[in-house]
Amino acid sequence: MTTLNQLAIAAMTAGAILAAPAAKAQDLVFLSTQLRPIDEAQKVREVLLKGAPKTTYVVEEPPQFAVRMKAEQAAGKRTISLMGALHGELQPLAPTASLDAIDDVAAKLSASGIPAGLMELGKLGTSTQQYIPWMQATYVLVVRKEALPFLPAGADVNALTYEQLAAWGKAIQDKTGQRRIGFPAGPKGLFARFIQGNLVPSYTGSMVTEFRSAAAEKGWTDFKALWATVNPNANNYNFMQEPLMAGEVWIAWDHIARVKDALTAEPDKYLVVPPPAGSQGRAYMPVVAGLAIAKDAPNRAQAAAVIEHLLKPATQIATAMEVGFFPVINAPLPADLPAGVKLLADGIAKTQGAKDAIVALLPVGLGDKGGEFNKVYFDTFQRIVLRGEPVRAVLDSQAETLRTLMTQTAAPCWAPDKPSQGACPVT
Amino acid sequence: MPQPRWLPYLLIAPSVAFLAAFFLVPLGQTILLSFDGGQGLSLANYARMVGDLNFPTALRNTFALVIVVIPLQVALALVMGLMLQKMTRGRELVLWIWTIPLGVSDLAAGLVWLAILQDSGYLNTLLFQFGLISGPTAYLNSETPIALFFAVVLAEVWRATAIVLIILVAGIQLIPKEFGEAADIFGASPWTKFRKITLPLLKPSLQSALILRTVLAFEVFAVVYALGGRNFPIIVGEAYTWQNENQNYGVAAAYAVLVMAISLAATVIYLKALRVDPEAQA
Repeated sequence: MTTLNQLAIAAMTAGAILAAPAAKAQDLVFLSTQLRPIDEAQKVREVLLKGAPKTTYVVEEPPQFAVRMKAEQAAGKRTISLMGALHGELQPLAPTASLDAIDDVAAKLSASGIPAGLMELGKLGTSTQQYIPWMQATYVLVVRKEALPFLPAGADVNALTYEQLAAWGKAIQDKTGQRRIGFPAGPKGLFARFIQGNLVPSYTGSMVTEFRSAAAEKGWTDFKALWATVNPNANNYNFMQEPLMAGEVWIAWDHIARVKDALTAEPDKYLVVPPPAGSQGRAYMPVVAGLAIAKDAPNRAQAAAVIEHLLKPATQIATAMEVGFFPVINAPLPADLPAGVKLLADGIAKTQGAKDAIVALLPVGLGDKGGEFNKVYFDTFQRIVLRGEPVRAVLDSQAETLRTLMTQTAAPCWAPDKPSQGACPVT
Repeated sequence: MPQPRWLPYLLIAPSVAFLAAFFLVPLGQTILLSFDGGQGLSLANYARMVGDLNFPTALRNTFALVIVVIPLQVALALVMGLMLQKMTRGRELVLWIWTIPLGVSDLAAGLVWLAILQDSGYLNTLLFQFGLISGPTAYLNSETPIALFFAVVLAEVWRATAIVLIILVAGIQLIPKEFGEAADIFGASPWTKFRKITLPLLKPSLQSALILRTVLAFEVFAVVYALGGRNFPIIVGEAYTWQNENQNYGVAAAYAVLVMAISLAATVIYLKALRVDPEAQA
């Protein structure tokens, strides 16, 4: 008992000693929803922030991130100066005036080669710069080489169509008795992004406007056929790297950060290829994470300095090497990239460079309705594919929900939909 | 010396204040939030909840679970409790082993069963080694709803029977031995003794156990989330999804209020149905 007491006292003292300097020194607090896993966060602290002003890097799940920012603002006491989050996570903060305009930081970075389109995205529909693009990624197909012998005749693995992917899945199922295509349709998976960023725009050239068009109907009918060859556990998958590594799935669609472990563990076993094409082209969704400074930040100048540090070519390349997010600035990747990262980089290049590529941007202007926007697409999938409801009827009724949502938020169209005056229409 | 009249009130004041601050206030806020339609009070959130495609399934699944799990648990706990009563040696050890699941958190229990039942889990490995299946077989997805349901039932029974058992064991111990001895003299069979003596005298404990378990069963979440994820919608799970993924706090609050209403209704039903004689409550 005494030993236990002593241990407890020792632990408490140690805790107090450890906590004391953090409480006293006015460190810059950098809160991020990205690079959350312990090993990635450690890499941020030890590698990416090396040489930057003294920074305390803390991570938070996206829903808690929004709650925390709101709470700090309501309390009138900011502890966070710098935030790193996805475009869609920063967006709801803009209308609540939680973000400080950072045109001064943007001006300093004007020579770094951040594409104008990305910078524009960082304005979040306002007239001032709300965040600086930090790093980018996208969604790709990862193929285990065992699947290649079953590729249908005439199909190019780097330029698949949805019909060919379905035929491929069927061939594998017929020959091996297993359904080896995988999608992250589990509770924490990013499947809604596949539907809104890849599937629907590939057939309609639109994410919102043509939601219930005849082309969309064709897309859903094709996808329903494809789903018959998808692994029945897909609704439990959150990250595709695990089923890929276990060999349970041979062809998987996911965000590059969520397949990276499989690729870096055994790069020889995989190919990374662009997502399939529909009748309109090959839609893909670039993902942008941004850096923003909180309104009334306790350390604004230091936060700006950290942003500049993170956008240096050396840091951007290190980011790609360490955590698999790719540069937003013009920084050529070195030739000696680790094999897994090189696979991803090539996969992104092939996706962005595809002749029939259609860029489908992350939703803009939805405020805090981003979750409900995703729900429209996921519910459509659930009803058509999992519950077998008639495609036309489902599209009509879900279009109604989507229309209400767009009217409520008054969000104008974003790419690939043509710009609109006022709320993006659902025809 | 007589105690001042206000002393009991003073003594319970801190806990009342604590409950008011951390239970009643958030409860009031949640109820308000559920009726908040943006512009004044409205039923919009409830309409959204009832109109959602997962609502009927979630309601059906939750009730199905309660209807199957609770009687199973009570029957099991009764049998286990009576067995314990008959034991003369090793009783403590058996009771200790039976109550181990009480110390395991819901989510951990769900994960334990996931490790057993998933494709590459222990059950699949075992069946494969005995040559009963030819490869990994999936039981926990949307294409196997019945297997998934029974997996959840199994995990819930494993995890939460112990709490019923403890309440019933305490109740059984309170039953005076004299009744049993008198019944023996009159030549009553064990079944008659159970029906005429044990069960009636156990009613207060049964009532507490049923109320506690039923309320908790309507709030089941982590086990289902671990085993079935989205494939097995339940009410609390939907509340979580609306709050966390859909980011619509109003509909999430409506779900929370619904859970509370169902729990209260269940409690009232038990209190009425198993009305306990005031003398037996002492």
